[in-house]
Amino acid sequence: MAEDMIGASIRRTEDFRFLTGQGHYLDDINRPNQVHAYFLRSPHAHAKIRSIDTAAAQSAPGVVAVFTGADIAADKVGGLICGWVVTDRHGQPHKAPPHPPLAQDTVRYVGDHVAVVIAESVAQARDAAELIEVDYEMLPAVVDTAKALDPDTPQLHADAPGNLCFDWELGDKAAVDAAFAKAHHVTRLDLVNNRLIPNAMEPRAAIGEYDGGADSYTCYSTSQNPHLLRLILCAFVLGVPEHKMRVVAPDVGGGFGSKIFCYAEEVVCTWAAKKVKRPVKWTAERGESFLSDAHGRDHVTHAELAMDESGKFLALKVDTIAGMGAYLSTFATCVPTYLHATLLAGQYATPAIHANVKAVFTNTAPVDAYRGAGRPEATYLIERIVECAARELRIDPAELRRRNFIRPDQFPYQTPVALVYDTGDYEAALDEALKMADYAGFAARKAESTKHGKLRGIGLSAYIEACGIAPSAVVGSLGAGVGLWESGQIRFSPTGTVSIFTGSHSHGQSHETTFAQLISDALGVPMEKIDVVHGDTDRIPFGMGTYGSRSLAVGGSALMRAADKIIEKGKKIAAHLMEASVGDIEYSKGTFRVAGTDRTKSMAEVAFAAYVPHNYPADLEPGLDETAFYDPANFTYPAGVHIAEVEVDPDTGLVDIVNWVAVDDFGKVINPMVVEGQVHGGIAQGIGQALLENCVYDKESGQLVTGSYMDYCMPRADDLPSFKVGMTETPCTHNPIGAKGCGEAGAIAAPPALINAITDAIGIMHMEMPATPEKVWQAIRQTRPAAAAE
Amino acid sequence: MAGHHVSTTINGDAFEFVCEPDETLLDVLRDRLSLTGSKEGCGTGDCGACSVILDGRLVCSCLVLGAEAEGRTIATIEGMADGDRLHPLQRKFLEHAALQCGICTPGILVAAKALLEKHPDPSETEIRYWLAGNLCRCTGYDKIVRAVLDAAAEIREGRDAA
Repeated sequence: MAEDMIGASIRRTEDFRFLTGQGHYLDDINRPNQVHAYFLRSPHAHAKIRSIDTAAAQSAPGVVAVFTGADIAADKVGGLICGWVVTDRHGQPHKAPPHPPLAQDTVRYVGDHVAVVIAESVAQARDAAELIEVDYEMLPAVVDTAKALDPDTPQLHADAPGNLCFDWELGDKAAVDAAFAKAHHVTRLDLVNNRLIPNAMEPRAAIGEYDGGADSYTCYSTSQNPHLLRLILCAFVLGVPEHKMRVVAPDVGGGFGSKIFCYAEEVVCTWAAKKVKRPVKWTAERGESFLSDAHGRDHVTHAELAMDESGKFLALKVDTIAGMGAYLSTFATCVPTYLHATLLAGQYATPAIHANVKAVFTNTAPVDAYRGAGRPEATYLIERIVECAARELRIDPAELRRRNFIRPDQFPYQTPVALVYDTGDYEAALDEALKMADYAGFAARKAESTKHGKLRGIGLSAYIEACGIAPSAVVGSLGAGVGLWESGQIRFSPTGTVSIFTGSHSHGQSHETTFAQLISDALGVPMEKIDVVHGDTDRIPFGMGTYGSRSLAVGGSALMRAADKIIEKGKKIAAHLMEASVGDIEYSKGTFRVAGTDRTKSMAEVAFAAYVPHNYPADLEPGLDETAFYDPANFTYPAGVHIAEVEVDPDTGLVDIVNWVAVDDFGKVINPMVVEGQVHGGIAQGIGQALLENCVYDKESGQLVTGSYMDYCMPRADDLPSFKVGMTETPCTHNPIGAKGCGEAGAIAAPPALINAITDAIGIMHMEMPATPEKVWQAIRQTRPAAAAE
Repeated sequence: MAGHHVSTTINGDAFEFVCEPDETLLDVLRDRLSLTGSKEGCGTGDCGACSVILDGRLVCSCLVLGAEAEGRTIATIEGMADGDRLHPLQRKFLEHAALQCGICTPGILVAAKALLEKHPDPSETEIRYWLAGNLCRCTGYDKIVRAVLDAAAEIREGRDAA
């Protein structure tokens, strides 16, 4: 029964409810007597609020209350926080300007929260919001990350002079300079990592509820990490004791990072529930998601790679300006620093690396972690500059990578940018990918395409990521305000069924299946007798949630530790039942055996004895219910190689992805079918970034130009190819599962593979993302004037 | 505003409801009839999460008024399975893990069902174009396309056998 659980493509147990329309997402929840919130948002990128007149709105039909920043301030509601303090080059903490949930006297981006109307229906609240008169004094705005630091640029915050949040560095600059001085060749590249809007298909939503009798709150939220949200709501924003706040994150319709953060809306709904003495519900319209979900990426980078005669990398230097948006979101500061610059070694044994990152404020929505968070930015610049170097040196791009890979015998490998990679085999993944992509046959395929008037290109991407975040002591020393362990609890019932409680959260990742597989294997309990519980702070132990591909590596490891405790206690019970000594009890897959005999007790018998302890060890507590907390010893390092092959139509600039190969090393895989799905989804988002998606603000007005699905190009079924997914395996050396994490890999690997393929096809060095048909067509026209004449 | 009295058929059952003249069919389904399987992903007909079949035609229920349901026949995700017996499409989605967070899934299943009712033997390209009106942020569509191809084959075989 439980023999082949690990590595089996078990069907997802959560799917029945989703397939039949019986999922319980937040907007499917309605609380008795609830009212609805509508947020009036700033129509301007930057303006002073001279006055707000809410009188007409207050008396509009159905309106229960209207609140503005003044009401928030009067109740001493705190501002939204950034939970990671980055210390700059001069030893100073980053600038953290106030981020009020409702604007106090200034609005700083289109979509900034100005007031909230609470009414009997959403329509009434929306209509009433139109009656609020706000007298704005327009201020000049800056939306361009590259220009935020320029002299004479409009200033966002008095306490962040020059719009600078921090000026930070990592690595040995002197060593890098020395390596550049003796370099045979230097490749230089300027690139932009385009700003993206996450667009989980379920818009963010919240319900705040207050129980006056118990003096306690409930906040239903579309959160990836309910305990973290509770911590922030209680300790930093509302000043409510944590035990008086329950946060429920039910079925959540995708997150991709954007639902990690504490947003103004859940703060205001929860605070307002007490004011109006009724549950307050808010569901974002899609337009609000575009305007106010934390955006991703937004890096402007100059990079230089120094090499010797043989193409060996000597040093890499990187200068990045990272857009933070108008305010700091919950983890904004760690994304371009500790999740980006620390990955700049990639898969390569580059001996010297230096990175300088300047984070800047602009009059745009806050930017924070989005699938990959910093690591896609690192991989994009490494894999682009390596590709350019290969072209300049006329070395095959696969060969140049191979020459510079960290070799298997070098692990554990200390990079020059702080991380210690525990294990990997980068050449194995490259070889497998080259084989799967028939790299050797590319020239013939290209010749065939040429015959048909098409331009064919191939592009590689050898990525690495640091996942399973992380050792608490390490992140604490780097400025994190929280620990990054995870909790797991395994509770048997007297009849032998099991409830698993995890602090991580599933919003598509299929914890309900994978975690059950893990425990089914460890404890010999059939899958159908296991339930996985997550997403409710009143039911689960305190946990840190899901992001950074950490759920299995950290949360799964916590569950394995809890399973160890169950087995340890079970041995004592079994020994008593079989009148043997504990030291003689062997355990395997749900069976306790007296060593060398055929006397056994099953896990179910042991569980029953634990709850009906009529015949039970005198010195042992009844019950079979164990909790463990797991703090990893290191990050995990998933890595792999993706190869994209494209055919470009020179007449239209249209890019056809004709082949996609992904070979990933995620360590131990529990459910290959689930992992494959994660890889597919990641690649889709990476292709989206490289080919289609781009967040654009109007440079003059600061209006969000790409504020709807008509303007922001999401990948659709006809935009994407099928994917060929292969795996290699070097198990993680420091967690009990050997798993590394797989959620972000595709989004990290895909963009450089695709841009490398497109630029290879066209015969140019670089093209900024997204490679839209118009941009590709223009590039072809510029580089091939002959083609234009045809 | 005066409410409209509407009589309609949903998943084979007769329904009566009163709705406002500006209320969408999606809001009626979700808020008045507790049929929350249809989701709102955008409210502008761009994402397909609210897909239902109205008199045999695939529509975004966010772009249809509740009042327009008068005398019509509507099929939603809630009517797709026969009790606990899943529709072949639902079963193939389960077998292929063609869903992750599940929020877009009801709309995609309804759209795929509408496709197979019109075109029982679609090519991969036809499936991709047909489902281009349904956004999924999780799966990259690959497994969805496989599941639809597989379900189509099974349904055809079932018909041949019958």
